[in-house]
Amino acid sequence: MRTRLLGIGGVLAVIGAAFFGLFVVPADLNQGDAQRIMYVHVASAWIAYMSFGVTALAGIAYLWLRDLRLDAVALAGAEVGVLFTAFTIWGGMMWGRPVWGVYWQWEDPRLTTTALLLALYLGYLLLRRLSEDPARRATRAAIVGLIAAVDIPIVHFSVIWWRGLHQGPTIGSPDKLLHPSAPLQFVAALLLMLGAFTLVWGYLMIRRYQLARIEWQIEEHGRVGRISAARRASLAAHTAPAGTSQAAPVQESTP
Amino acid sequence: MSQLARHATVALAIARKDALAELRGRHASGSTLFFAALVLLLFGFALGPDSRRLTDAAPGLLWLAIVFGGLLTVARLHQLEAEDGAFEQLALYPVDRRALFAGKALAASGAMLVLGGVLLPVVAILYALPIAAAWLALAVTVVLGAIGFAAVGTAYAALTVRMRAREVMLPLLMLPIVAPLLLAAVKATTAALTGDPFGELGSWLQLLAGFDVVMLVVGAGTYGFLLEE
Repeated sequence: MRTRLLGIGGVLAVIGAAFFGLFVVPADLNQGDAQRIMYVHVASAWIAYMSFGVTALAGIAYLWLRDLRLDAVALAGAEVGVLFTAFTIWGGMMWGRPVWGVYWQWEDPRLTTTALLLALYLGYLLLRRLSEDPARRATRAAIVGLIAAVDIPIVHFSVIWWRGLHQGPTIGSPDKLLHPSAPLQFVAALLLMLGAFTLVWGYLMIRRYQLARIEWQIEEHGRVGRISAARRASLAAHTAPAGTSQAAPVQESTP
Repeated sequence: MSQLARHATVALAIARKDALAELRGRHASGSTLFFAALVLLLFGFALGPDSRRLTDAAPGLLWLAIVFGGLLTVARLHQLEAEDGAFEQLALYPVDRRALFAGKALAASGAMLVLGGVLLPVVAILYALPIAAAWLALAVTVVLGAIGFAAVGTAYAALTVRMRAREVMLPLLMLPIVAPLLLAAVKATTAALTGDPFGELGSWLQLLAGFDVVMLVVGAGTYGFLLEE
């Protein structure tokens, strides 16, 4: 119930922040209304980075503690992160077409980094889908998540140098979008949207985590829902972290 | 014998074993080299006969060919282990996992060096590149690129070797990861060939070296988990 409230609150907050960004804040002098895309674009990019951070940390914690619940958190982070990354790229292209004149700008380090980010975590999700055994899947995913996370800063710097060492930037940096004449309102719109997205993010993370746990129950028992006390005990032994002594006899008794 | 020397002995023994298996069996090194050279030839057709454009694009083509050939190379080093059930034996050795990783990565680096060493003259001939003048900078670039690719490749090949769709998964996972390596190696090669007019060669080599160090550390730290799964 509280999760549902969080979801409803998130949607309402997004509507409110969108209203503020669309109708209260004035249009940018140079870019006009296209600049309003930045409020959702930048906010979703931050949320995507946060999600992948959660995935990396949960993966490392899994390698340490071997608790499959941490793997479910990592999965939730990756899936929600991919969603927000795709949204970020889509928003960026919608903004780029009127402002730069093209959907794709190779000289923008952020765009190329984000595209690689999407590729990295789509690979992560595919890897998960192709591994059946939960413990194996979790280990592989944790390592891929870790390598992806350490790769992102290197990608970012290499792409910045790639452009920077060769020639000066030819386009305005998105940082300059916060126009000096009305900076506070612009920042407020961005922060409002960030807050609203964070609520939605929390809701999606919790729901995806719960879904992952239901998926295990189906994988292992072929059923969900109310179960007897005896069944619950065997289930608890089942979903305990790999390597506990109870796991082996219970597995033998399952059909 | 000190700890480090013991690890080095283990790593060298594993690399030597892989090199011997390859030399005696010649399982696929020939076909991998042929494939990579063929890629270089086909790039020529894809980009047309304008020799000026081909020379400009050559560093990128060279490194793409190294990456494609490298994917086959690193995959094979672990497939050989998995096919004979030798991976389990490797995991049972009472030695440090990091030494095992170092051994496999060393073998992969060696194979990648051979690949780069063969492709560099091929690209020089096909695309009229003056490699002799800049041989030292090019050699350093190839060595650093080979180590970085081998480090990532060893970790990911061990990760995917027991999966059903490993032929697809390895490139899918590796290509985005090695994107900065590709970028830095291409830039360093271009800079070396053009006499480094902007003084950027050192920066790109540093980026490559940094990539190598990070991936070696992460690979060594996680290889044990992959062996035990």
